[in-house]
Amino acid sequence: MASASLLKSSPVLDKSDWVKGQNLRQPSVSHVRCLPTSPSALTVRASSYADELVKTAKTVASPGRGILAMDESNATCGKRLASIGLENTEANRQAYRTLLVSAPGLGQYISGAILFEETLYQSTTDGKKMVDVLVEQNIVPGIKVDKGLVPLPGSNNESWCQGLDGLASRTAAYYQQGARFAKWRTVVSIPNGPSALAVKEAAWGLARYAAISQDNGLVPIVEPEILLDGEHGIDRTFEVAQKVWAEVFYYLAENNVFFEGILLKPSMVTPGAECKDKATPAQVADYTLKLLQRRIPPAVPGIMFLSGGQSEVEATLNLNAMNQAPNPWHVSFSYARALQNTCLKTWGGRPENVKAAQETLLIRAKANSLAQLGKYTGEGESDEAKKGMFVKGYVY
Amino acid sequence: MSCYKGKYHDELIANATYIGTPGKGILAADESTGTIGKRLSSINVENNEENRRALRELLFTTPGALECLSGIILFEETLYQKTAAGKPFVEVMKEGGTLPGIKVDKGTVELAGTNGETTTQGLDGLAQRCQKYYEAGARFAKWRAVLKIGANEPSQLAINENANGLARYAIICQENGLVPIVEPEILVDGSHDINKCADVTERVLAACYKALNDHHVLLEGTLLKPNMVTPGSDAPKVSPEVVAEHTVRALLRTMPAAVPAVVFLSGGQSEEEATVNLNAMNKLKGKKPWSLTFSFGRALQQSTLKAWAGKEENVKKAQDALLTRCKANSEATLGTYKGDANLAEGAAESLHVKDYKY
Repeated sequence: MASASLLKSSPVLDKSDWVKGQNLRQPSVSHVRCLPTSPSALTVRASSYADELVKTAKTVASPGRGILAMDESNATCGKRLASIGLENTEANRQAYRTLLVSAPGLGQYISGAILFEETLYQSTTDGKKMVDVLVEQNIVPGIKVDKGLVPLPGSNNESWCQGLDGLASRTAAYYQQGARFAKWRTVVSIPNGPSALAVKEAAWGLARYAAISQDNGLVPIVEPEILLDGEHGIDRTFEVAQKVWAEVFYYLAENNVFFEGILLKPSMVTPGAECKDKATPAQVADYTLKLLQRRIPPAVPGIMFLSGGQSEVEATLNLNAMNQAPNPWHVSFSYARALQNTCLKTWGGRPENVKAAQETLLIRAKANSLAQLGKYTGEGESDEAKKGMFVKGYVY
Repeated sequence: MSCYKGKYHDELIANATYIGTPGKGILAADESTGTIGKRLSSINVENNEENRRALRELLFTTPGALECLSGIILFEETLYQKTAAGKPFVEVMKEGGTLPGIKVDKGTVELAGTNGETTTQGLDGLAQRCQKYYEAGARFAKWRAVLKIGANEPSQLAINENANGLARYAIICQENGLVPIVEPEILVDGSHDINKCADVTERVLAACYKALNDHHVLLEGTLLKPNMVTPGSDAPKVSPEVVAEHTVRALLRTMPAAVPAVVFLSGGQSEEEATVNLNAMNKLKGKKPWSLTFSFGRALQQSTLKAWAGKEENVKKAQDALLTRCKANSEATLGTYKGDANLAEGAAESLHVKDYKY
């Protein structure tokens, strides 16, 4: 897989596979809306990056692979480091991220890595650019572009996601630095309603972010996380999820987002964390696949689930259950805690533990790779891996 | 409740899935009395009940045709009609493994303040009518919304109004046991190119699915009857492969995998054109998580009508013509049509009528 060329190639402007004999429009005309009064004037999706977006999305959504989410903000990364007794310094963050990106052979199971801005511009402890290490590993670099959640006025104590201001120039700069996909995480809370306002804002923000990202060459990962918090049962989650995804896709369409060049990062459909009834992986798979079949246009190439506080093993089992039959889209993972937990604990901040820690990372990555192919058997999993990671009221 | 879960839940899913059985499709024989009158007058036949009955008997009793047809859409009058020997048409269909369907809309009316755009009527008393039709043997329904492409059309008003009407109709049908065929026809009239049609189709279908979802319609128990994505009637033609690519792409972008089948309308294409385009779609490589089949009116009946010309002695010839088209379209759903169907008189004739009023 020649992913080195992914970074070097300039925007491609030739015939798409779909439109025989008709060229895409020139890059200087990125949005063709003739007049405000002619709403059905021909619109161009994703302008000059269309082919590259499709290629990137397909590469990330390749069989047997998924995403390593390592885009914890400095504050959140601080919590991770604190849990193993380390101070939240740039050096420690650099050391930890170096450990992750340099795990040998990681690219066999990981197709993309989401970075925080600091990491995108950082070098490893050996002085190589993080981005270059990833590309050499056959892993596409991605970048978190949202600016976090803040209270949503007029709502029921809910939040909305910031980050649209200056997003065009930021995404353009990230592209220059080597990023090829972006991520924006907004949340919806079932115990708080969710209110129609919160759902609409979440969906609209995602749609605007997605359109801007595509315009600047980054495949947007669309992430409306329905938080695990709450006592509600799986049917309620299902109901809310169907509403949220209907809004998301409607607004994506209104913003002329190019579906062949996006990825989704949904939460699985499960009972709330405090619900007395638990669901089996088969049930989670059943509900989640039904949601996908009812709401996700088949043009979307990949669905990369978040783990949202599930244990490492739970997240893998659920993913495996969803891949027991062919799906119209690649169904895979974009896990942070569910890939990193045991690795972090094994490292404990000590250089002599780096190799062992990297091995545990590879074990989890391989398990999820097998789950993506529907072949995970769960043999030999450690107790640490089975520990739930749900944190009530979790602030990312 | 996220979507319909009532007593007809499983039956709706089973029937919708059955209609999309590979090798089968729908014969749209639901011309209103006025419209069938135009057909009959084109072959110099008087528009009376007996002639309408005779024509429909000819169609439904064609030996071998029902094997290619998972459903037939009827006009209300026909639902209660019988063969000359006294057997109800719905019985004939049932025995042949064909589901009877019923047109339930009451035609279009203009939307004030638009440039001749329309909405579709028929929601009043629809629940009771659906119940009655179910009792009479119908198992699916059809409602045709119409949109057109122009400088400022379709307007957001027309899109919203028609999408909402389709969604209301759909949930009422499901509550009464009928699988709703959702038909947002974008007329082929105009000189626009295929990209314009694709853009409008995607916009309209996105609005339709949003409305269906908002109205809690059970997608697994519905069918979509869209136009194929083609250049306008006054624009240069393109190959069937190009039609296929644009059409499938539009559906991939808008239609969730939960919907079991697409039953295309022919919208004025000639019999042969409609078949060849459907065939190209089924030959296309790539993702297609739903069945792609036909729901043709004119494109199944044209040669049959001409061959019959209202004469008893022509019935066999007319039935042969219908069987030929049924088999051709059946093959098209499998992507195996070779284009060698015995082209009867009229098979290659365009059936486009400008600004067609149904």
